[in-house]
Amino acid sequence: MADLTDLGVAAIRDGVAKGLFTAVEVAEAFNANVAAAQAALNAFIVTTPDAAIEAAKATDARRAAGQPLGKMGGVPIGMKDLFATRGVQTTAASHILEGFEPEYESTVSQKLWDAGAGMLGKLNMDQFAMGSSNETSYFGNVISPWRRNDGGNAPLAPGGSSGGSSAAVSARLCPAATGTDTGGSIRQPAAFTGISGIKPTYGRCSRWGIVAFASSLDQAGPMARDVRDCAIMLEAMAGFDPKDATSLNLPVPEWEAGLNADLRGKKVGVPREYRMDGTDADVLASWDQGIEWLKDAGAEVIDISLPHTKYALPAYYIVAPAEASSNLARYDGVRYGLRDLPDGANLQEMYAATRAAGFGAEVKRRILIGTYVLSAGFYDAYYTQAQKVRTLISHDFRNAFAEVDVILAPTAPTAAFGLGDMVSDPLAMYLNDVFAVPASLAGLPAMSVPAGLNREGLPLGLQIVGKPFDEQGVLNAGLAIESRAGFAARPERWW
Amino acid sequence: MSNYRIHGATGEWEVVIGLEVHAQVTSNSKLFSGAATAFGAEPNTQVSLVDAAMPGMLPVPNRECIRQAVRTGLAINAQINKWSRFDRKNYFYADLPQGYQISQLYHPLVGEGSLEVVLDPKDPEGSTKTIGIERIHVEQDAGKLMHDQHPTMSYVDLNRSGVALMEIVSRPDMRSPAEAGAYLAKLRTILRYVGSCDGNMDQGSMRADVNVSVRRPGEPFGTRTETKNVNSVRFVMAVVESEARRQVDLIEDGGAVVQETRLYDPDKNETRSMRSKEDAHDYRYFPDPDLLPLELDDAFVEKCRASLPELPDAKRHRYEGALGLSPYNAGVLTAEVETARWFEALLTATAAKAGKGEAEVAKQASNWLISELFGALNKLGKGLDDSPVSPEDGAELLALVADGTISGSIAKQVLEKMLESGDGAAAIVEREGLKQTTDTGAIEAAVDQVLAANADKVAEYKAGKEALFGFFVGQAMKAMQGKGNPQLVNQVLKSRLG
Repeated sequence: MADLTDLGVAAIRDGVAKGLFTAVEVAEAFNANVAAAQAALNAFIVTTPDAAIEAAKATDARRAAGQPLGKMGGVPIGMKDLFATRGVQTTAASHILEGFEPEYESTVSQKLWDAGAGMLGKLNMDQFAMGSSNETSYFGNVISPWRRNDGGNAPLAPGGSSGGSSAAVSARLCPAATGTDTGGSIRQPAAFTGISGIKPTYGRCSRWGIVAFASSLDQAGPMARDVRDCAIMLEAMAGFDPKDATSLNLPVPEWEAGLNADLRGKKVGVPREYRMDGTDADVLASWDQGIEWLKDAGAEVIDISLPHTKYALPAYYIVAPAEASSNLARYDGVRYGLRDLPDGANLQEMYAATRAAGFGAEVKRRILIGTYVLSAGFYDAYYTQAQKVRTLISHDFRNAFAEVDVILAPTAPTAAFGLGDMVSDPLAMYLNDVFAVPASLAGLPAMSVPAGLNREGLPLGLQIVGKPFDEQGVLNAGLAIESRAGFAARPERWW
Repeated sequence: MSNYRIHGATGEWEVVIGLEVHAQVTSNSKLFSGAATAFGAEPNTQVSLVDAAMPGMLPVPNRECIRQAVRTGLAINAQINKWSRFDRKNYFYADLPQGYQISQLYHPLVGEGSLEVVLDPKDPEGSTKTIGIERIHVEQDAGKLMHDQHPTMSYVDLNRSGVALMEIVSRPDMRSPAEAGAYLAKLRTILRYVGSCDGNMDQGSMRADVNVSVRRPGEPFGTRTETKNVNSVRFVMAVVESEARRQVDLIEDGGAVVQETRLYDPDKNETRSMRSKEDAHDYRYFPDPDLLPLELDDAFVEKCRASLPELPDAKRHRYEGALGLSPYNAGVLTAEVETARWFEALLTATAAKAGKGEAEVAKQASNWLISELFGALNKLGKGLDDSPVSPEDGAELLALVADGTISGSIAKQVLEKMLESGDGAAAIVEREGLKQTTDTGAIEAAVDQVLAANADKVAEYKAGKEALFGFFVGQAMKAMQGKGNPQLVNQVLKSRLG
């Protein structure tokens, strides 16, 4: 039998359903890969091999009883540590939540378990999802399984904040993983590691039980080997949830059944403002290649303008920290998580000590920025202005989508960078999200698919942004690229 | 208008008052969670994951709380904002699990409204004043700290955390303690009529932040202080009085009023500083990104409007007009929704028993309720809510008076026995033989006996001292143990003395 860990979601689901192998065999194979890679890649904060086996046994029992197996029947997955999992430590990769075991299960993870998936473990990530390189985790960096082809073996960033997810999927530790995307946290790590990932329309996936970073931007989505696997998993994750007031009350389309790489009659927009200085030449070349692939798929490619693009990143770095500064106020040492109570400390001193010890430097930086931009006297100049920019960016997209069906752009301005290369320059780090953030601000569905390797042998991703609720259009354009890119590269196993 | 003045050493001062009233919305569950809201439950037994601000928990607006706030707004003739929004008010405190309170700063649910207050409740037709209401917004309550459970630690009870409050903000339109008291009392009455708040001030369901400043009459507003969480009408009036006095003394001594938050100490009847503007929080209000704007359609608002009961002013006018009650009676009967409800039940039952229209029996019923039942209940330390006598029971008693079965004075005795025993009026009258005598022979015998025993007074009467007639009636009634029909006793006496 071929190595089961080479299989993706669809192949595992179909293989288990047909009886080619059992779900338990699949879970055991991935459990073994997880254990073997943990020391080198640090992709997981907690591994849960027993949970994976239990879920697999349940799937095998259902099959034996002739019952339906669910959309994710027999598929073990990795769960980003931002999702609350009942009885399993949930930390958002922070010290302040170290040891926290929720009594509840997030809506999205529950839907996945209900669909027959099993949990291999809780994936490492940037602390509170703040970061683009997975270097802000309290539990250590995630090491990308990819290496440059220069023989230097410099450890590379898996992207962030869903860096554990991207590393684990690309290293075959799991066939798919959940991610969350606030300003590119699914798409950028997917691009860095040669996998696919989709952030659906804001409101498609319930935020209930996901540790909040920036509520108006946070969206969960799947990260997997290919477009079909993303479609399958997104179907299992999405759906209206009355417990989330921003949840979309719409039926979940059958995205997998609707996959179609024939783009005849479709129009693809290429935004001229995304041709920015500092964008890597290989990235630009892959973008041009992407344009040709979509033409080949039958689409008409149109030059479009998204005039307010240059304001998106600054606006994002006001709105997201503002919301975060408030969302993270609940981590105060009073009810759960870390409490640092120096001798004789009063309430204020306990807050200060707890939060100083419990939050990492990047989280503190964003809390400070967010507190500042909401302060009396600065609110209008920053927060109000940023909200106006956000509206203008939405208008840009609306105008563009009057003409085109999807927009094609690079996912990130560079391929994966080395760990430590950017930590001293937060602004350079933030710039990595420049292509991802506009779709986040507008709440649009957007995905990254692998497009090829750069001159260093590292993966590059192409981003497709779609109209609100049109995940199908995004997936189909992604499929058209995927089928032409023929991306088969995978990191050579060195761990 | 009020002529209330504070007489300072340097002349007269006027007090300016505005009230921010926090009223707990009557609802089985909290504003943004499904947790229960019962008063007096064991600490931390009415707390959901949302109320405890566990990671990843989200608020979902409770439709019933919104409905009640809209109904309240309609009851004060306020503008209902069909588009409103929730904001976060950020500050750290141990009783605030989220680290922010969800409130409405920028776009409240209810806009400009007003209510009319009567300055002397005994004189409802007397001087009235319209007090402007700036807005009503809905927000979450905080939890409660308990400092007396442990020598060095404070405990937190989150039962109240997330409970829905309406903050009802008046204009600075009040000018005397009496006006402030009348406004709060009237607001409470309306809330209880509407059913949007139980108005139980001693349980904290309703409390007021009292803004007070003083000025020379006619001059611009002075600097105000805000005294927090005052929980009775009487205390609000006391706060205004003592705080205004304090401010006048301060200014006249060459000092200046500092804008600050103060607390009221009822034992000492004084306010004291809690925190000044300098250490005021910067609350960093911003729209709550977990919640979409609240959009109401016309149908919802109209449904709220249609669900409103008859409100106290309208009811009072109806009692005076259609029922012909005195302004005083109408005022007393409409001051509390329970009283009005009780009265209306009594009225319906009394009219039914008498086979008459309600207007015809209204005076009798209202007089009996106010002068007889209230007094009797008061002696027992009871109110209408725990009265052993129901409106049906009262109607039965009134029917016995109306049809001449018993006299008014016997009715008082019967009521006392009803309250003691819980038995019905007819049964008591039957059992105790209290039925009124209309037997002319017996009455004549009693009258003759009285006249014979008081020959001297008969002579005085005949000499012109007509006031003695009442004495003879009283003696005759007494001789008959009160059971003589008063009209017949009168008739017989007149003919004998005539």
